[in-house]
Amino acid sequence: MNPLLDLSGVTVTVPSAEGPRRLLDGIDLSLAPGEALGLVGESGSGKSMTMRAVTRLLPRGAAVSGAVRYDGAEVLAMDAGALRRYRDHEVGLVFQDPRAHINPTRRIGAFLVEALVRNRGVGKREALARAAAVLAEVGIDDPQRRLRQYPHEVSGGMLQRVMIASVLLAEPRLILADEPTTALDVTIQREVVTILDRLRRERGMGMVFITHDLDLALAVCGRVAVMYAGRIVEVRTAAGLHERAAHPYTLGLLGSRPSIDARSARLEAVPGRPIAAYEAGAGCAFAPRCLFAMEACDRTAPPLRAFDDGLVRCSRVEEIHAARTEATA
Amino acid sequence: MARLLLHRLGGLVTTLLLSSVVIFGSLYLAPGSPENVLFGNRTPSAAARAAVRHRLHLDQPLPVRYWDWLTGVLHGDLGTSMVTGQPVADRVGSGLGTTALLVLFASLLVVVLGLGLGLLGAVRPGRLDGAVSAVSAVSVSVPPFVAATVLISVFAVRLGWLPASGRGNGLDGLVLPAVALALLSCGFLAQVTRNAVGEQLGREHVQTALARGLPRAAVLRSHVLRNALPPIVTAIGLLVAGMFASTLVVESAFALPGIGQLTIQSVAQKDFPVVQAVALLLVAAFVICNALSDLVQALIDPRLRTAGRTA
Repeated sequence: MNPLLDLSGVTVTVPSAEGPRRLLDGIDLSLAPGEALGLVGESGSGKSMTMRAVTRLLPRGAAVSGAVRYDGAEVLAMDAGALRRYRDHEVGLVFQDPRAHINPTRRIGAFLVEALVRNRGVGKREALARAAAVLAEVGIDDPQRRLRQYPHEVSGGMLQRVMIASVLLAEPRLILADEPTTALDVTIQREVVTILDRLRRERGMGMVFITHDLDLALAVCGRVAVMYAGRIVEVRTAAGLHERAAHPYTLGLLGSRPSIDARSARLEAVPGRPIAAYEAGAGCAFAPRCLFAMEACDRTAPPLRAFDDGLVRCSRVEEIHAARTEATA
Repeated sequence: MARLLLHRLGGLVTTLLLSSVVIFGSLYLAPGSPENVLFGNRTPSAAARAAVRHRLHLDQPLPVRYWDWLTGVLHGDLGTSMVTGQPVADRVGSGLGTTALLVLFASLLVVVLGLGLGLLGAVRPGRLDGAVSAVSAVSVSVPPFVAATVLISVFAVRLGWLPASGRGNGLDGLVLPAVALALLSCGFLAQVTRNAVGEQLGREHVQTALARGLPRAAVLRSHVLRNALPPIVTAIGLLVAGMFASTLVVESAFALPGIGQLTIQSVAQKDFPVVQAVALLLVAAFVICNALSDLVQALIDPRLRTAGRTA
C-alpha cells in the first residue's frame, strides 16, 4: 500500500542571532492510510517542528530540505493555492492549547464553520447544521447553545472537543495531533483521547499523535517513533516496544516511567539534559548522555537502520542487545 | 451590552459634572477679577465697582453662582460674554464648526495614514517595516506647534500653495492645520498598529486559521486585524481627544477662528462664561472619545462585555 504521508531526509533550519540553527536533522517517517503513529520525545526534540514541516507552517525565515510527500504529492513544492487546498481538505491539526489556538473574540459556531463557508462555499445555515451534528458526535450536549457561546464561556476540555470537531468537519484523511491533552486535566485527558481515537477509527483517518507521554502513545497508536535532538532514534510497533526497545534513549524513557505494579523507591532518570539538534556534534546526538557511549559514538553519527523488527539509530545496538539478553538470562 | 452602555453613560455624566465644578471653582479662585478687565486702566469708584459686580453676580457666594450657572446650562443658556456682551452660545457656536471640521479632517488623516503605515510595517517585515518605523519615529517627535511653524514656512510662505492663516476658500485653510495637528498622532498610531498587528500575527489562533487553509487576506482581516483593534481603538480615542486640546495651539498658529483660538482669547480677557463653556466642551470631547472607544472595544471583544458588572 502506498504511504499516505512520507517524509524523507526532512531537515529544518531557522535563523537566529547566532547564525542558522538546525531544528530537524534528516527525518524519515512514513504513515499508511488509516494508521496511527505516535511521535514521542522530550520538549525541544523536534516533534512539533515535524508537524509544522508537514503542513509547511514553519517559522519565518525557516529553510526546509528533503521531501514531504502526501499521497504522492510533494508538499514542499506546492504553490499557494495547492497548499491551501491541502491544508483545508487533507490534513487537520489538533493543537495543544485550544484556548490559545481558537480566536477568543468570535463565537464557537463562527470558528467551526469558517473554513467550510470560506473555502468550500457551503451555506452558513447548512454549515452550522453540520457543525452541530459533529459537536454532538464529540460528546457535547446542547450543541445549538454551544455554537452561540464564546470560547471563554466553556471549559478547556470542551474547547478541545470543539477543536477536534473543527478538524472532523473538514473530513481530512490525516490528523496531526500535537499534545492534544497536555493542557487538560487528567480526568478530561482520557475522554478527549478516547473520542479522538474512536472517531479516527470510525472514519479511517491516519493520525500522527505527538506526545511526551510514552504510555499514552503506546495506548493510542499502532506504531511509535521516538525522537531525540531533531532526529528519529527508534521506530517500533507499540506492541513490540516494551519487549524489544533497543535504543539506549528509548530504554531510558521506559525506565523513567512511574509504574503502578512496582513500588520502586526512585524513578530512573535519563542523566543529563536533552539537547536540540543544533547543539549536537558530529557524532551521535545522544552520546553525551548515553551509558553505553564509546569514543567512536562522538565521532560518527549512526544511520537509522533495521534491527529486530524495528528501526534504530545506534552504532552499538547489537552489543547492547546482546549484553542485555545475557544479563536477563 | 445594554448594562455596559448605561454604566458608561452614567460615568460620562458624573465626569462632566465633576469637571464643571473644578472648572468653575478654579476660574474664580484664580487671581484677578473679571470686572478689572472691563475697567481696564481706569480706577472705578467703589459704587461703580459694586454695581458692576452685582450685575455680573460676582457679589454672590460661589456655590450660588455655580448653581445658577448649572441650571442655566441645563436649560441651554450658557450665559453672556463679559467682554462682548454676546450670548456665549453664539460665540462658541461660530467657532465650533471650524474646530469640529479641523479635528475630523485631522482624525481622518491619522486613521488612514497611521493605520495604513502600521499595517504595512507589520505585514511586510524587512526594509519596508524599517522605513515605516523610521518615519513614525520622526513624526512622533514633532509636536503640533513645531509642525505648524515648518508647514507655514514651507507650504504657505515659500511655495505659496496654501494659506498661512484664516479659513481661506472651502477647505484650503484647514489643510495645513489638519496636517500639523495629525502628524504626531499619525506616527503614534502607526507604532501602536504595527505592534498590535505584529503581536496578533504571532498568535496561535492565527496559525490555526492558516492551518485550515484560509486565504491570507481573510486571515488578516477576520483574525489578525479584528483582534488587534482594541489597543488601536484606545489609541485613536486618546489621540482624537488630545487633538481637541491641541487645537488651542494650532488654531492660534494659523489664526483659525475656532474654539481653540476662542479659548486662548477668553482666558487672556478673563471672559469667564466663555472659558467655562469651552473648557466644558473640551472635557466633554475627551470623555465622549474615551466612552466611544470603550464601547467599540466591547463590541470587538466579548470578554470585555462583563466589565460593567465587575467594576
